[in-house]
Amino acid sequence: MEKELRIVGFLCNWCSYGGADTAGVGRFIQPTDLRIIRMPCSGRLDPLFVLKTLTGGADGVLVSGCHPRDCHYAEGNYYARRRLEVLKRFLPVIGIDPGRFEYTWVSASEGQRWQHVVTEFTAQVHALGPIQRIGKQAQARACSFATSGLFARVED
Amino acid sequence: MSVMDELKAQIARRLPDLDLVIGWGRGYDALHRTPVFLKDAKELDQLVFDPLCVHNLATYLTRFGKGKRVGVVVKGCDSRSVVQLLQEKLISREHVTIFGLPCEGVADLGRVNRALASRGLVMGKAREAAFTAQGLELAFKGRSETLPLAEVMAAKCGRCAYHDAVLFDEFAGQPVGRKDPDNHDDLAAFEALTLEERMEFWREQMERCTRCYACRNACPLCVCRDQCIGQSREPGWVSQRSGLEEKFFFQMIHATHLAGRCTECGECERACPVDIPLMLLKRKLGKEIVELFNYRAGTDVESRPPLLAFKVEEDTINERGW
Ligand code: SF4
Ligand code: SF4
Ligand code: SF4
Repeated sequence: MEKELRIVGFLCNWCSYGGADTAGVGRFIQPTDLRIIRMPCSGRLDPLFVLKTLTGGADGVLVSGCHPRDCHYAEGNYYARRRLEVLKRFLPVIGIDPGRFEYTWVSASEGQRWQHVVTEFTAQVHALGPIQRIGKQAQARACSFATSGLFARVED
Repeated sequence: MSVMDELKAQIARRLPDLDLVIGWGRGYDALHRTPVFLKDAKELDQLVFDPLCVHNLATYLTRFGKGKRVGVVVKGCDSRSVVQLLQEKLISREHVTIFGLPCEGVADLGRVNRALASRGLVMGKAREAAFTAQGLELAFKGRSETLPLAEVMAAKCGRCAYHDAVLFDEFAGQPVGRKDPDNHDDLAAFEALTLEERMEFWREQMERCTRCYACRNACPLCVCRDQCIGQSREPGWVSQRSGLEEKFFFQMIHATHLAGRCTECGECERACPVDIPLMLLKRKLGKEIVELFNYRAGTDVESRPPLLAFKVEEDTINERGW
């Protein structure tokens, strides 16, 4: 695959983190773009984590929790599912491709499934390319302002 | 009896059992109304109700200490905010007395301002303002002007499906009746934009944001007040830096915290001093919530806001279809 992109994975401690570990122990080959952050539960995931990550420059975000009915806290992932679905539908409103964000369920024993999820999601983000940041143009403008000679005059 | 007389009589009757009643009164010029907080029947003649009463007074309901008995005057849309607050148990039914009104619509002062400017007039110089069948009739020094209703009414009123208070203890006047539910078809132009165009659109809009937080403070469902995560430094969601990313992120906080709760009353956009079209974010999210959960905020006291609930098997969510 081409140059690595920045993909952040929020994984629940009880299932998906274990699933990723299982995949590692099983030496299943995976793309290396994903950086994992361990969460106590997908229900702990504030949708703002995803928005902050994407608007902060990550090219993709993956959330993975326990399968419905398997939540360690019984219902955390049910609430997460609704929030994450709403979030996915919100992304296009602000100009972010909803394909940059996915959520799914992987259990601790599903090393193979984890490998599949990571590979597929990484390919999906690569197809979209690096993300465009909202602040990018403003930063460019600030730079041209700083180099326009105006600051030099102030310093004189 | 006129609506106003009925309303005053109802408030006069209830006031002895209440700590205060929130209504609208005359503001600092002919076109502005302002919230008034009545504690005594003697103050009743301050009350006004006309299409210039734009504020959603439900915003104040969460600002009084526990146990205060507060009366509030509401239009149809405002009453939905009260219902939503009740649903979320942010206020209790015993402590609020709702004076419901029928409503044909309110003015958008931004539109009034622009309409007058195009005629070479300054809004603040209007000496008198009255709504008649012809429209908004304004008297200036040596000149009068009539603005057709279509030119000055708020956009939300054109698609309003809840003209009458949906919940009330007292109702003054004759109900206007239900209209077809809002289908969000005004969003079509925005939805036709590409993702790059949308981001560019928000870049242009959000650049103007002054981070005054008026949008948040005007919102009846923004109840965190001094604990707002948009201003806290721990955790530091939004830095002190005043770049586009910070400004826009604050709107993401507002929009996501209002998901499934926002009644689309439009107060955030009305309060914005630099006319950022914040309702676009809120309405687009509202449309998704209707599609996903068939839910319109603030219409049913008994129902649960969709993000405070779940179904083991969701009918409309295909979580593995990617
Ligand atoms: S939205 Fe409806 S109830 Fe609210 S001000 Fe407009 S017409 Fe009146
Ligand atoms: S976000 Fe805006 S439209 Fe929604 S409830 Fe708050 S003030 Fe009203
Ligand atoms: S009211 Fe307008 S200018 Fe003020 S913080 Fe909100 S969006 Fe920004």
